[in-house]
Amino acid sequence: MNVNVKTKKQKIESASRRNLIAKGFALGGATALSASLPIWAQDNSSIKIGHLTPMTGFLGALGEYAAQGIKMAADEINASGGVLGRKLEIMSEDSVNPQVAATKAQRMIERDNVAFLLGEISSASALTISQVAGRNKKLFMSIGARSDVLRGKDCNRYTFHVDIPVTVMVNAVGQALVRDNLVKGKKIFSLTADYLFGHDLSKVAKKFWIDNGGNLIGDELVPTDAADFSPYLLKIRQAKPDLIASNLAGNQVTNFVKQYSEFGLPYPMVGFNLNTADAWAAGEDNLGGIWPTVWHHELQTPGSKAFVANFTKRYNRVPENHAWIEYISLRMLAQAINATKSTDTEKVITYFESQAEFDILKNRKAYFRSWDHQLMQEAYPFTVKAKGTYKEKWDFLKFGDAVPAPNQSLELLATNKAENTCKM
Amino acid sequence: MEFVFLLEQVVNGLVLGGYYLLLALGLSLIFSVGGVVNLAHGAFYAIGAYISLEVIKRFGFGPSMLVTPIFVGLLGIVFERLLLRRFYKADPILSLLVTFGLAMIVEQGLRMLWGAAPLPSNMPSEFKGNVMVGEFLFSKYRLFILGFVFVILGCIWLLLNKTSFGLVVKAGVQRPDMVAVLGIRLQPYMTSIVALGVATAALGGVLFGPITTVHPSMGTEIMTVAFVVVVIGGLGSFWGVVLAAVLVGVVRGITIHFQPAAGEASMYILMFAVLMLFPRGLLGERIDRFE
Repeated sequence: MNVNVKTKKQKIESASRRNLIAKGFALGGATALSASLPIWAQDNSSIKIGHLTPMTGFLGALGEYAAQGIKMAADEINASGGVLGRKLEIMSEDSVNPQVAATKAQRMIERDNVAFLLGEISSASALTISQVAGRNKKLFMSIGARSDVLRGKDCNRYTFHVDIPVTVMVNAVGQALVRDNLVKGKKIFSLTADYLFGHDLSKVAKKFWIDNGGNLIGDELVPTDAADFSPYLLKIRQAKPDLIASNLAGNQVTNFVKQYSEFGLPYPMVGFNLNTADAWAAGEDNLGGIWPTVWHHELQTPGSKAFVANFTKRYNRVPENHAWIEYISLRMLAQAINATKSTDTEKVITYFESQAEFDILKNRKAYFRSWDHQLMQEAYPFTVKAKGTYKEKWDFLKFGDAVPAPNQSLELLATNKAENTCKM
Repeated sequence: MEFVFLLEQVVNGLVLGGYYLLLALGLSLIFSVGGVVNLAHGAFYAIGAYISLEVIKRFGFGPSMLVTPIFVGLLGIVFERLLLRRFYKADPILSLLVTFGLAMIVEQGLRMLWGAAPLPSNMPSEFKGNVMVGEFLFSKYRLFILGFVFVILGCIWLLLNKTSFGLVVKAGVQRPDMVAVLGIRLQPYMTSIVALGVATAALGGVLFGPITTVHPSMGTEIMTVAFVVVVIGGLGSFWGVVLAAVLVGVVRGITIHFQPAAGEASMYILMFAVLMLFPRGLLGERIDRFE
């Protein structure tokens, strides 16, 4: 009986194995074919760019905007003849988590032979990709990661940073908080996203509170996969603070803001990190406070207006700051390739380090600071409009004037050489 | 005062447990009767949340609590008839793969239809704010959810314990062969159980959408918790699932009170401890055909 069963099983096994071999053969043939195709079709004409960004998880919603933004930039550049007569080919993938991000970056360099790496929103993944870039001596434009350590302690020669760092985010709204008398002598309770970015933000925020006479009575770490904040809200109520400060990230901010409004606690809330997509998701009735952003869709420059119109037409929704930042990042890279007439990492680095100026669709032009590779640019504080003063659901955010002001140095809010430990 | 604070977390955990229950109960029922681990259960929760958004937009929140579960329940019938039915007697790995695949298809489908960006979903404004009961602070909306879960729980308990329908289902869990000998086809019962299970999951989506955000991967995220609850509670036991859901909620609250960073890890530690002591879960019955 037993033997019988075994032979039957074996039969099935061998049958399926035969099947497997056949399938494997077909699949292998197809891969070989598709692998040989690009060589024949490509004719050295496209410049391959590896693009990694989180498409899933608590930053996934932002990643979708990012992928759309860079795709649109590539299509526009290619439609107008490409760069050095060659087309840009964006290979966009979900970076998933820091380990997977590093593996994919390595694979893109080795197997896909990409000329540059671009992307990222998660500071933790940007860090691992930056290490891969450093080892392989390939340029990595870290577009949406904001942790200070990336352009500080962990900086490297091959990585350039486009988004505003944590210090700028804190400084951009910090003065407004001091002005509104929300800091001095106040009991402050903060919640921090439990990963690289959150820890970094918490450190800078803590320094800001203490420097300005605030009293930080609690700072709790929140796992990035937490969706229910009720136990934290109870802790906040028990602590009876004067002010709640959010050092959360991505979808966390949305959930926290919504549940905060649900519980109806009386303390004012501020925070240093909120992307417009997360603000939109929180909904108009739930949000309050003052927040910083790197760009917003109501910016009245001709470039921004055209970008918003084209993006909205193409994707049927208003672009969020991550769509914009990916769009201008690829254009900056294209400008560098055109100017140096080369896709060589070293030449592009030299160009960026020359503090060449870039039109990033804002009032003032931006440039990479040579010694920490941070893009120097304007930022904007935003608050929430009073109910009934707007029509569309995109329009409930109220954006303030650019900081630093037009007559001030773009480096005013950033770390200076004494504060920043970056050594390349 | 410290004690009051802790008690507050315990009570809040109970409320949260009620919400886990909406998902775990259906999952447990479907497994107990059909022997199928429905990894697509969370997908129906997500579908519920999205459908609810559309229904709320047109008819309001109240109707959505009725229309959405019914609609998703009907989807559940289609799902059971066309897909799940083929796998009751097959190798469990097949049903795992099929339902896992379905969950991915649904998630991507939602992403294609509604986009990856989380959608705002607001509770009716009369539910916003808190109620103080003595020293305890409750969110009005969550109290409402808790009350609602009690009603649903009561109905399901009555259905399973006081009707001939429930009798057949319970017999089917233990001895499907005997039920067949008695001339009762289990298939229509299974269809109803799946419809009921996914409808309660969808109701979870309707109720919890306004607390968090509605986004495509919400189903995958909640599945883990629901699964942990079912495992802790033990298979085939109604009260086991109830107890486990409450326990997971309470342990999470207490953990966050003392060690906030470990909040999400607490349930896995709990599961580990429970399985060490009770390999079948807290109140799990011995079901011969699964042994």
